[in-house]
Amino acid sequence: MPADDRSEPLLPLSGLRIQARIVWALLLREVITRFGRRNIGFLWLFVEPALFVIVITAIWTATHDLHRSQIPIAAFTLTGYTSMLMWRNTPSRCIGALSSNQALLYHRRVTMLDIYLARILLEFAGVTTSFMVLGLVMWLGGWLEPPENVLQVIGGWGLLAWFGMALALTLGPLSERYPSVQKLWSPVAILLFILSGTSFLLDTFPPTVRYWLLWLPMTSGLEYLREGFFGSHFKAHYDLGYMCSATMLLMLFGLSQVRRVALNEVRIA
Amino acid sequence: MIRLENVSKVYHTAQGPREIFRDINLVVNKGERVGILGRNGAGKSTLVRLISGAERPTSGRIVRDMSVSWPIAFSGGFHQRLSGKDNLRFICRIYGIDYRTRLEFVERFSELGPYIDEPVGVYSSGMRAKLAFAISMVVDFDCYLIDEVMAVGDERFREKCEIELFQKRKDRAMIIISHSNRYIQQHCNRFVILEDGNLEEYEDSESARMAYKRLIKRAAKIEMKRQHEVEKAKKKARLALMEQEGALQTSA
Repeated sequence: MPADDRSEPLLPLSGLRIQARIVWALLLREVITRFGRRNIGFLWLFVEPALFVIVITAIWTATHDLHRSQIPIAAFTLTGYTSMLMWRNTPSRCIGALSSNQALLYHRRVTMLDIYLARILLEFAGVTTSFMVLGLVMWLGGWLEPPENVLQVIGGWGLLAWFGMALALTLGPLSERYPSVQKLWSPVAILLFILSGTSFLLDTFPPTVRYWLLWLPMTSGLEYLREGFFGSHFKAHYDLGYMCSATMLLMLFGLSQVRRVALNEVRIA
Repeated sequence: MIRLENVSKVYHTAQGPREIFRDINLVVNKGERVGILGRNGAGKSTLVRLISGAERPTSGRIVRDMSVSWPIAFSGGFHQRLSGKDNLRFICRIYGIDYRTRLEFVERFSELGPYIDEPVGVYSSGMRAKLAFAISMVVDFDCYLIDEVMAVGDERFREKCEIELFQKRKDRAMIIISHSNRYIQQHCNRFVILEDGNLEEYEDSESARMAYKRLIKRAAKIEMKRQHEVEKAKKKARLALMEQEGALQTSA
C-alpha cells in the first residue's frame, strides 16, 4: 500500500488505539455540530427516534382492535420501528458524507472509514438509547412485558446493527460515485420498510411469501429479536445463517468501496 | 525524510482521464526548506494533498520518516457551527495532545478575544485565518507544509506568524508551495519548479527565478496566441453571417 507512515509503530494494537481515538473525536464533533451545545443538546440524539416510535405506537394502540391479534402491541411496534431505524438512518447519515468532511482528510490519520464509523456509531447510540429508554418507560407504565430472553434480544439487536453498518458502508461510498443513490435511497428505504416485517409478523403469511420475504436479511434479524422479546406469543421464522453470510458479503463489498473512495476517486473542490 | 518515488496521479474527469503528475521524484530531508513554484493549474494543490496524505497517488509511493503537518493556516477543516474552541478541541483530540495547555497559546496568538467561543461561521475571513494559523502551531511536526503565501491579517500579525514559523521552527523541514517567486526566495534553500506534470530542481534561487520567468512569459505568449485565434474565428463567423444576410436581402 502506498503512503505508509513509517514513523508510527507498526503494532496493530496501538494503531487500533489511534483509530478509536479518532473515531471518538469525530463522533464528539458530530454530536456538537448536529445538536449544538445549547438547548437539550445531545438529548435530541434519542429524542428524535423516540418521538417517531411513540407516535407510531400510539396509532397502533388506538387501532388495536382492527388487528385482531394476541401479540403485545407496544412490544411489537417498539421492536419493529427501532430496528428499522437501525438500518434506515445509518445509510442516510453516510450518503454524501464525503463532500462535507473531505477537508478533514488533510489530517493524515483521519480516513474516510473513520468518518463513516463515527456517523454510524452515533446513530447506533441514539437508536439504542431510545430503544432502552422507551422499553423501560413502557414497562414501568405497564404497556409492555420485559423481554423473555434478554440475551436473544441483545443478539438480535447486534445482528441488526451489523447489517445497518454494512449497508451504510456500502451506500455511503457508492453515493459518491453514483449521485442517484442519494435520490433513490429514501423511496427504496420505504419499500424495504414495508417488506421487512416492521409492521407485520412473518407467521401471518403463507410459506411462499415468507420464503421470499426472508431474502431480506433484516427480516430475519427482526424476527429473531421479536422472538427474544415476546416469543411465547407467536411463531418466529428466521434464517440466521443466511443473514450472517449476506451481511458478511455486504460488509466486505462495502469496505472495498470505502477503500476505492479513499484511494482514488477523491477530488477536493 | 519524505520521499516521493515515481509518483503519478490521474483524475477521472468527464472528459476522460487527466494526468496531473507523471513519475515525479522528490526527497526532502530534515531541516531542508523546499520551495515549489508552479503556475495556476500546474497541480500545486494536488501535490499538497498527496504530500499531506489527503489523497493517495495513482501509482508510485510516498514514504514518510517524519511527521508532516496539514497545510499551514488551512481553515477548510473547520466546522462552521463549531466555536473556535471546539475546533481546537477536535484537532487536539485527533493528534492526541492536551487541550488545556494549548488553549492559552491559541487565545493569545489568534487575538480573537471573546469570539473564540462563537461559531467559526460568524468569523470574518481574517479572523478565520488567524485562528487557523494559531491552531496549526499547536501540533509539533517535523515537516511543515505551506500552501501559498500566507496573507494572514495585517502587517503586524504577519510578522508574528513569520517569527513563529520561520524563526522558532527553523530546524524543521518545510515544503512551501507557491506561485510567487519572492516568497520562496525569502524562505527556502532548495528550489523546484512544477510544470507539465514534472518537477525540476534548480541549483540556486537565481536560476529558478529565471526559469520561472521564462515559463510565465512562454505561457503568456501561448495564451495571447490562443486569444488571437479565438478573435479571428469570431470575426470570420460574423463576416459569414453578414454575407448570408446580405444574400438573403438581395434575393428578397
